[in-house]
Formats: sequence, C-alpha cells, structure tokens
Amino acid sequence: MAEQSVRNFNINFGPQHPAAHGVLRLVLELDGEIVTRVDPHIGLLHRGTEKLIEHKTYLQATPYFDRLDYVAPMNQEHAFVLAAEKLLGVEVPKRAQLIRVLFCEIGRILSHLLNVTTQAMDVGALTPPLWGFEEREKLMMFYERACGARLHANYFRVGGVHQDLPPALIDDIEAFCDPFLKVVDDLDRLITGNRIFRQRNADIGVVTLEECWAWGFSGVMVRGSGAAWDLRKSQPYECYEEMEFDIPIGKNGDCFDRYLIRMEEMRQSVRIMRQAIDKLRVTTGPHMTTDGKVATPPRREMKRSMEALIHHFKLYTEGFHVPEGEIYAAVEAPKGEFGVYLVSDGTNKPYRCKIKAPGFAHLQAMDTMCEGHMLADVAAILGSLDIVFGEVDR
Amino acid sequence: MAFQPDIGALDDLAEMVRNFSPVGVIDSVIAYEQLTMTVTREAIVDIVRFLRDDPRAAFVNLVDICGVDWPARPERFEVVYHFLSPVQNQRIRLKVTTDERTPVPSLSGLFPAADWYEREAYDLYGILFTDHPDLRRLLTDYGFDGHPLRKDFPLTGFVEVRYDDEAKRVVYEPVRLAQQFRDFDFLSPWEGTEYELPGDEKAKVN
Repeated sequence: MAEQSVRNFNINFGPQHPAAHGVLRLVLELDGEIVTRVDPHIGLLHRGTEKLIEHKTYLQATPYFDRLDYVAPMNQEHAFVLAAEKLLGVEVPKRAQLIRVLFCEIGRILSHLLNVTTQAMDVGALTPPLWGFEEREKLMMFYERACGARLHANYFRVGGVHQDLPPALIDDIEAFCDPFLKVVDDLDRLITGNRIFRQRNADIGVVTLEECWAWGFSGVMVRGSGAAWDLRKSQPYECYEEMEFDIPIGKNGDCFDRYLIRMEEMRQSVRIMRQAIDKLRVTTGPHMTTDGKVATPPRREMKRSMEALIHHFKLYTEGFHVPEGEIYAAVEAPKGEFGVYLVSDGTNKPYRCKIKAPGFAHLQAMDTMCEGHMLADVAAILGSLDIVFGEVDR
Repeated sequence: MAFQPDIGALDDLAEMVRNFSPVGVIDSVIAYEQLTMTVTREAIVDIVRFLRDDPRAAFVNLVDICGVDWPARPERFEVVYHFLSPVQNQRIRLKVTTDERTPVPSLSGLFPAADWYEREAYDLYGILFTDHPDLRRLLTDYGFDGHPLRKDFPLTGFVEVRYDDEAKRVVYEPVRLAQQFRDFDFLSPWEGTEYELPGDEKAKVN
C-alpha cells in the first residue's frame, strides 16, 4: 500500500461555540485528535473601555467596570474606587467597608457558581447549571435590592457605597447563607464524585507553580498549583484582615483541583458574609465619607441646604479633582488579581486607566496548557480558566 | 487599616537595583507607598532579569505591561511594567520611555506573559518591541488602521461598521455622527483655565 501523506488539520473553535464562554476564536492546529498549537484570537468584544474612561469623570467611569467581568460586577468597581480613594486620600467609613466586603463576597459566589456549573456543562452535565443558576438568581435579587440593578450595579462610589442597606435586606442575606451551604453540598455530591467529571478534569491542563508565576497567573490558578496566595490575606484591603477565613489550595494544579478550590471558596465566602453581617448589625454610621468635596450629599439634604445643592451640582457636572499621581490598586476578584493602574493629571478625568484583567493572562497560556491534549480537553481547560470576555477584551 | 507595605524595604530594593545598574536607573520614587523606577531602554531586560532571579527580590510574577501617552514630551510613550514578588510580598513598577519609532526590548524571553501585553501595547499605542516573537495586533479588528489609545486618536474613531442588507455583508464606512460629538469642558472657569473667552480682556484692564 502506498504511503499516505499525513497533514495537520486546522480548525476554528468559536467565535460562536457555546463552550467558548463568549466570543473567543481559537485557531487550533490538530494532529489527529491531539492539539499541537492554539492561537486565541481575542478582541471580538473590545469596546475601548480604557479610552472611554479617559473621557469621563471619575463618577461616570465606575459603571464601565460592571461591564468588564459582568459575572461579578462589584468586585471590579472595587479596584477602581480603591485606586481613586488612595489618590484622594479619602477615608472610607467602617459601615461602607463592611457593605463592600459583603457584596464582594456575593460577587465571588456569583462568579464561582457560574464557573463551576458551566464547567460541568462543558464536559457533559446538564443539571448543575440548573441548580446553580437558581442560587445566582437569589443573589442577584440582593444586588437589585441594594442598588436597583441586577447586573450592572454601579453601587460602589469613591468614598463609600451609594446607599445604605435596609435592615430587612441584611436579614434576608443572612437567611440565604444556611440554605445556600446545603445547595453547595448538593452540587458537591452531584459533581465531585461523578466519574465522567473526574475523567474529564483530573490531570488535565496541569500547570506547575513556576509556570503559573511566569505566565502572570493569579487567583484560583496559582492556588490550584499550591501557592497559598490570596490578596485578601497577603495584602489585605478594606477590612479583610478582620475577617476569618481559610485559603484552599490544590496539589496537582489540574482542572479538577481548580474546581475543588472554587467550591471551597464559596463556603469560605459564606463564612465572610456571616461575619460581615454580624458586624454590620453593630456598626452604625455613614455609608459614605462625609467629605463633601468627594461624596455627593443625600438627596433629602439637597432640598434644604444650599451647601448641599452646590456640592450636588458640582459633583455631578464637573466631578471631583483627583491630585496628580499614579497608583496601582488590586483586589482579589473571583477570577484572580484584578488591578487598576490609574494615572491622574490633577483634573476631573483619569489621564490613563489601565485595567489589568486576570483572564487576559490566563487565556494567553492556552497554547502551553492545551499542547498535547485532546481536542475535547480544550473545552475543559477553557472552562477551568474561568474566562469572561468582558474583562479579557475590555 | 489596609495593607501597609514596608517603606524601608522598598527603599532597600531601590538601592539594590541602583547598585546593580548605576547607569540604567534614571529615577526612583516612592509615592503612595509604591515604588516606581524609571530605567533606560538598554537596561530594562537586565534589570528585570536581576529582579526575577535575585532571591532578595524574586519578582517572578509579571502583573502587567501597559503604555501611557504623553504627546507633549519628546519621547511621548511610557511603557509601564508592574511586577509582583509573592515571596517578599512586594510590588514594583518600572518605566521606560520611547517614541513612535524607537523600539523597546521585549521581555518575552524572560516572561512568557509579556507576549500578549506587548502585543496589546503595540496595538493600542503603536509601541514597537524588538525580539518579540509575534508582534501582531491583538484587540482591534482584523485590518484595523491606527492606534486607538493615543491621545490624538478621536474617541469616535474613523471607521464604523454595519451589516448591509443589500450587499449581504458587513461594510466599513467613515464615521458619520448623527449629532455633534459632545465633549464638555467641565473644568471650573474660576481656576486653572488657560483659554481666553470674549470679554476676558476687560478683567485685566485696571
């Protein structure tokens, strides 16, 4: 028989593939069913957020952060307001800090629920998303009750949060905690022991810790490879150093370990939420800094006080001026280290606002992570990287 | 009560880098508890390698690379590098200046993560990097022209796309704004403005 000529095969994965988690185009080079090269083409959701922010005042810039990682919107806003507060030298009141921590942890659960369950869907399960999304819906109701929007919150403001939480909402969030832990246990029973899920995820997409650091990974990706690195512990911001929680770490650095870490992080988030709720009950005071040059006055006061009216007008038109300087502020977003590099030239608009998205660094390692794996593993690896295109493409 | 970095340690770090490369370091500032060092283009790769490999620094994680545009300066672009040392729990920011034509040495030999970050800086600012394996556009459209994050690039851009139902394809057209682009000057006229409005000369007449 004549010798067959064998050639590699190029296929396009996406941009409309359901397992691509958004608009990702992967150009895969296949040798049989083995992946030899991956070339991710990103930017299909590029909206020029950084350019837009340069043309808006600081107050107008925060809503753009909701639209980055739209799965956990408030965590993104957090990085930006922290950066601006540091430049302004504004002190955030205790109650606002607690509210922020509470909602950041809700955001973490929102994101991990989506990721864990859709990763299960990527490898063939259908029930987990149905169970998980029910809980996400409840959490988004809390978002809505706090700020009026389910997704694009625009709740964190420079100097605090926009509005105080009603006591009933705090009670309801507390009532959510225990039943939610049961749902996590249910999901655990459903997925963790599942043979197919294990076969598809264990020993897939292994990265060593050295590789993780060199590729600029953060968050669950480095914890999966064994580093107990969490910005909430190592470089605490807000009032995280008062909270008690554990950092789960993995041993193998594969997709399965990353899944287990996300499950445990949800439980730890509930733990933090409980502590935040207990503290919120005893901490009274303003939810926003009282510095009238930064924080907008309450509407009630605006109708009576001339001073408040002037401040209100000035803050919503001109906005506050941020002193000249540059700052990098980072938070531990659900997907990893989310940072904002803010350059101010002393005017009311940011001169440059670079958004450091964790998913961007993770996605560029697709080539090394997928090399030598089967085509079907690409979906599993992509799922465990926790990619959301809002933040990768910006 | 947020995390306070050890300023003394940052001072030592700056001193260490300056000892390693006395000619390479142009400037070093600690502001807002963060260390920023401006270094020369020639020295950036050596300094980064030193910072990565020296156990007293151990900046093994490349956090970010980005460009900043200052059109008024002779070398208009700044390339800003952020590094994180998980061992020392420190951060450092390095800066290199360049212009449209002068390339900056690429860090992709040291950090694989530099690949996309440099592609992004090239795409959005037109900053060139030598020894980069694959300096293509990253975020903008296939066949895009220009560098959108430069300060002289208009916010609305030059080209808009739409689906043409007759041609049955997406067509590219020059931007047509239905209403004039509104860029309000909200800066207070009481302070800091440099332009003259009609009638301003009256204020100067004694």
